[in-house]
Amino acid sequence: MTSIRTLIDKAGWPRIIIALLLLSLFLAAPAVGVRVDQSLTDTIVRFGMNGVLVLGMIPMVQTGCGLNFGLPLGIIAGLLGATLSIEFGLTGAGGFFGAIGLALPFAVLLGWGYGLLLNRVKGDEMMIATYVGFSSVSFMCMMWMLLPYHSPTMVWGYGGTGLRTTISLERFWVHILDDFLAIRIGQNFMFPTGMILFFALMAFVMWAFFHTKTGTAMTAVGSNPEYARASGVSVDRMRTISVIMSTVYGAIGILVYQQSFGFVQLYNGPFFMALPAVAAILIGGASVNKANITNAIIGTVLFQGILTMTPSVINSAIQSDLSEVVRIIVSDGMIVYALTRSTRKSR
Amino acid sequence: MSEQEPLLELKGITKEYYGNRVLTDVCFNLRRGEILGLVGENGAGKSTLMNILFGMSVISETGGYNGEVCLEGTTVNFQSPFDALAAGIGMVHQEFSLIPGFTATENILLNGEVLHDNIVTKVFGPRMKTLDFPAMRAIAKNSIDLLGVNISPDTLVAEMPVGHKQFTELAREIHRPEMKVLVLDEPTAVLTESEAQVLLTSLRRLADTGIGIIFITHRLQEIFDVCNRIVILRDGKVVREVATTDTTMPQVAELMVGRDLSGHAAASTEYDAATETILAVEHLWVDMPGETVRDVSFDVHKGEVFGIGGLAGQGKLGIPNGIMGLYAAGGKVRLHDKDVPLNEPAAPLAAGMAFVSEDRRGVGLLLEEALDWNIAFTAMQAQNKFMRPLLGGLIKWRDDRAIRDLAQKYVKALDIKCTDTNQPAQELSGGNQQKVCLAKAFAVEPDVLFVSEPTRGIDVGAKSLVLDALRSYNRDKGTTIVMISSELEELRSICDRIAIVDEGRIAGILPPTASAKDFGLLMIGRRTHEQEAVNNHD
Repeated sequence: MTSIRTLIDKAGWPRIIIALLLLSLFLAAPAVGVRVDQSLTDTIVRFGMNGVLVLGMIPMVQTGCGLNFGLPLGIIAGLLGATLSIEFGLTGAGGFFGAIGLALPFAVLLGWGYGLLLNRVKGDEMMIATYVGFSSVSFMCMMWMLLPYHSPTMVWGYGGTGLRTTISLERFWVHILDDFLAIRIGQNFMFPTGMILFFALMAFVMWAFFHTKTGTAMTAVGSNPEYARASGVSVDRMRTISVIMSTVYGAIGILVYQQSFGFVQLYNGPFFMALPAVAAILIGGASVNKANITNAIIGTVLFQGILTMTPSVINSAIQSDLSEVVRIIVSDGMIVYALTRSTRKSR
Repeated sequence: MSEQEPLLELKGITKEYYGNRVLTDVCFNLRRGEILGLVGENGAGKSTLMNILFGMSVISETGGYNGEVCLEGTTVNFQSPFDALAAGIGMVHQEFSLIPGFTATENILLNGEVLHDNIVTKVFGPRMKTLDFPAMRAIAKNSIDLLGVNISPDTLVAEMPVGHKQFTELAREIHRPEMKVLVLDEPTAVLTESEAQVLLTSLRRLADTGIGIIFITHRLQEIFDVCNRIVILRDGKVVREVATTDTTMPQVAELMVGRDLSGHAAASTEYDAATETILAVEHLWVDMPGETVRDVSFDVHKGEVFGIGGLAGQGKLGIPNGIMGLYAAGGKVRLHDKDVPLNEPAAPLAAGMAFVSEDRRGVGLLLEEALDWNIAFTAMQAQNKFMRPLLGGLIKWRDDRAIRDLAQKYVKALDIKCTDTNQPAQELSGGNQQKVCLAKAFAVEPDVLFVSEPTRGIDVGAKSLVLDALRSYNRDKGTTIVMISSELEELRSICDRIAIVDEGRIAGILPPTASAKDFGLLMIGRRTHEQEAVNNHD
C-alpha cells in the first residue's frame, strides 16, 4: 500500500490521470474502428518529431529563465539552416546534417543576443520571451520575402523572388532519420529507429552536459542565484549559455520535425511551435524552475499521445470531421491544465 | 489628571515563538505625560513587545501571549492594529509608511478624512462623499504645529527631506483626538542631529499634553535627554526599571549588554600579537543596503579568531559581504600581502577566503538541492575540486562519488541530522542548515574564514555545537576566522580580539576580557578617551 502511495506521489496525479486517459483511448480505439498499430506508429513518430524541441526547454528552466516561450527564435535559426541547405543543393544525410551545421551559427548568435536581453529583464523572462518569439517570427516574415534565395524549389513560381510558405523536402532529406533502420511490421506499424536514436543522442548530450562543471553551475543558478554568485559563478554567463543551448536545441529540433513532416514551413509556421513544447514539459512534471530529461520524455509521450488519439477516436465515435477543432481544444486545454498543475515555487 | 493611575500597564507579559521564549514576565507601566525609554540589544524582545501592544497579527498567529495589557485600568487584547488605533495607541515605525504621491495633509488624514455630503451621495450613498479639504488642511496644520516644525501641509511626501517625512508620520499619529499612547520605534535613526533635537523637543511638548510616550532608540544620549524613566530589556526580561535621574549612561550600557563575564570569557588560548598579518583591510567601504560600511581598516593576524560586533544597521555585516564581493565595495583588501580584487565573488574564493553568510536561506543554501551538492558546490566551482577531467581536460565531469563521500564526512564530523546526503537542504532544521553552511565553507579549506551571524535563529543546543565546530576548526587547522555577530557574549567566548563597528566605522578594538561597559559604550558611539588614543595609535 505504501509503495503504491510513494509511486503515486512520485509520478504525480496529473500524469497518472493523463496516462489513464491515454490508455483508455487506446482501449477504446478498436471499438470505433481506429487501428491501434497505426495509432501507435503515429504516437511514436510524433514523439520523435517533437522530442528535441521539448528537450530544448530544459536548460532555460534549469537556470531560472523560465519556460522558453521564445522557442520560435531557435526555430528560425533551424529554418535558415534548412533553406540554405536546400539552396546549396545538399541532399540525403548530407543535406540534413548540412542544415544542422548551417543552422548552428545562427542559433548561437541569436541565442546569445536573446540571452543578453533576458539578463536585463530578470523576473519577467517568460513574458519577454513570448514577445521575442512573436516579433522574430514577424520580422522573418519580411525577410523570407527579401532574402536573395534562388533555388527554384523554394521561390515563388510567378515573381521569381521570395520563398514559398511551404517547401517540400521530397527531393532533399525527407524521412532521412525516420527511415534509417526503420522497423516495419505489417502494413500499418513502423518504428522510426533513426529518429528515436537521434533523440536519444540529443538527450544524452543534454544529460552529460548537466554532469559537467558548467551544467552543475547552471542548476545552482536556477535553484538560488545568490548562492551561485557567492560561490563565484557568473549568473549572467550561465543564463546566457542556457539560452544559447535552448535556442540550438530549438534549431535542431525543428529540422528533426521537418524531415519527418516532409515540409519546411516558413512565415507563420514557427508562430505556435513553442506552446506544445511548453505544455509537454509541464505535463511531464517539470515546474517553472525545475526540469529534467525524464520530464521531457514522459511529457512528450503523454501530450503527443493524447493529441494523436483524441481527434481520431472522437471523430470516429461521432462520425464527423471535427479533427482540427478537437485537436485545438485538446492541446490548448492541456496547456491550461498543465500550467495550473505545475508547481510554482517562489524564487 | 490622576497621576496615580497608570495610563498603560503591562503585567507579566510572556511570549513564545515555537517553543523559543522571547519575553519572560515583562512588567512595567506608563503614566500620563511621561516619556519612557525602552532600551535593549537586538533580539532583546523590544519589537515583540511592541507587536503585542499594537495587536500585530504575527502575535495571534503564533499562539498569542500570556499576561495582561491594561489601558486606563481595563484589560485589552487587541486582535489587529485597527483595534489598537481605535483604543488610542499610535505607532511610528522605523520604515516610513507614507504614500509618496500624496501631500502631507492627505497622508496625515489617510482613512480619517473629513467628509461632507453632496448631490451624488443622496443617490449613491456615503461612499460618494467628497473630501473637505479646507477642514483637513486645518487639522493637519494643527498637528504639525503641535510638533513645532515648519512643514507646509500641501507638500508632496515624495519631495520632502527624510526628516520631514518622519515628522509627517508623527503628525499622522497625533492628529487623532483619542490618542493616548504613542510608540516611537527608533524615530531618530534616519534624522540628522539637529532634526533629532527638534523631534525630542516636540516629544516633550506632546508629553506635556498628557500623552504617554514609549521611546525606543539605540542612542542612549537621547534617552537621557528626554525620558523620565528607562526600562532596560535583556533576553526578554526587564533587567532594570529606573528613573533617568538615578542612573548614568555607562550603567545603562552595561545592563543592556549583559552581565560582566570577564572571568570566564576568552576561552581561547593566549593571543599572540606577534604573529604575521594574514589579512589587511584598508579604507574599505561597502554599499550594502541597511549595513553601509563607510571607512573600515583593520588587520587580522594568522591563526586568530577576530570578532566584529556592533548594533544592527551599523555596518558590521557589510564588511564580510563587501570583502567577498557580494556588494559593491571599494578600498583595499590584502591577503598574504597580495591584493584581492573587490566586486568579483570568484576572486576572494580563489585567493583562499570563504564566507558563511548571515542570510542562510537566501545566500547560504540551495534549498531545493541535496545536501551533498550544498556542501561541495562552492569548492567545486571555485577550485575545480570533485571534478574528473575527460577528453584531456576538455570536459570537466562532476565526480558524484567524491561529492557524496565529502558530504558523508561532514555529516559525521559536524553531526548533521539528516536522513541521508540526498535530502534537500530545506528539510533540515535551522541548526543543521547552519552546519551545512559551515561544511560548505570548510570544504573550500580556506586560509581565512568569514562567519557571519553563525548562531542567528538557531536554538541554544545547536548554538554551542556551531561555536564548538568553529573553535576546533580554528585550533586544528590553524584557520584564521573572522566572526561577525550581534551577540557580544558569543564573541567574547570565542574571539581573541573584538572590533566594534558603529556608523560604518570601527569604533574600537578590545580584548574579550574588556568590561561589558566598555563594549556597551563603543556600541552606542561613545568612545572613552583612552580608546580614542589607542585608535589613533593604530
